[in-house]
Amino acid sequence: MTMETPLHRVEGLGPAHSGVKHFWRQRMTAAAMVPLAIWFAWSVVLLAGASEVQVLTYLTRAAFGLPLNAILMGAFIVIALYHMVLGLQVVIDDYVHHSGGKIFLMLVMRAFALAVAAVSLFALFRIAGPV
Amino acid sequence: MAENPQKPARPRPLSPFITIYRWPVTMATSITHRVTGVGLAIGSAVLAWWLVAIASGPEAYANFNMIAASWIGQIALFGFAWSLAYHLLNGIRHLAWDTGYGFNVKTADATGWFVIILSVLLAIGVFAYVYLGHGGAGV
Repeated sequence: MTMETPLHRVEGLGPAHSGVKHFWRQRMTAAAMVPLAIWFAWSVVLLAGASEVQVLTYLTRAAFGLPLNAILMGAFIVIALYHMVLGLQVVIDDYVHHSGGKIFLMLVMRAFALAVAAVSLFALFRIAGPV
Repeated sequence: MAENPQKPARPRPLSPFITIYRWPVTMATSITHRVTGVGLAIGSAVLAWWLVAIASGPEAYANFNMIAASWIGQIALFGFAWSLAYHLLNGIRHLAWDTGYGFNVKTADATGWFVIILSVLLAIGVFAYVYLGHGGAGV
């Protein structure tokens, strides 16, 4: 005999109220970051000390009719920030034990991620978006 | 009065305490992965600032470059470069573990040292490459 309700059993979640979603997304974003981070590091080396025109040229350069480097930069930023949210969530969970402080920090951390993403994508759109 | 039966004949060793606990390299690489992750979170704001500077025109970009070229800016950028190299390399190590490879103690120690040494070499190498005048060469 089980004390579980049928709904609880079919959800398969247990007392943590969540499953492997966080773990899995952390790994999938990590795997996506491997090639993107290599591209990003190489781009920064190419652009270190470059003039503004050179940076604009690099980000707007067309490949297959699209500003490929700007698109990769956008993908790098969005996936990196999602990976960051998942990672900092674990850090806050581990070190902040006061539940009010924990909720507050989680919200601040997510607001930071959204702000960085919004500002970066807006800048990218101004650089390489349709005029 | 009898001797206190609970008092040992000589001082007994206490359980391992943080000041005498030897740090295995796997422990050091684990905490460093977390520290570099938090560091890169700060770096994301610098990346946003760089993109905004490029989008805002020559003065804003020159302003960014001036701060980035200062000694404090260079220290911060070196920290971000090493953090990215370390988090990337050690992240690949973690992904290997997640698929069941490299858990042998000797292997984990060896890959730990490999990640530490290679990340430092990569960060120094990138800065040397740029300082020797090769930065911006590929644009």
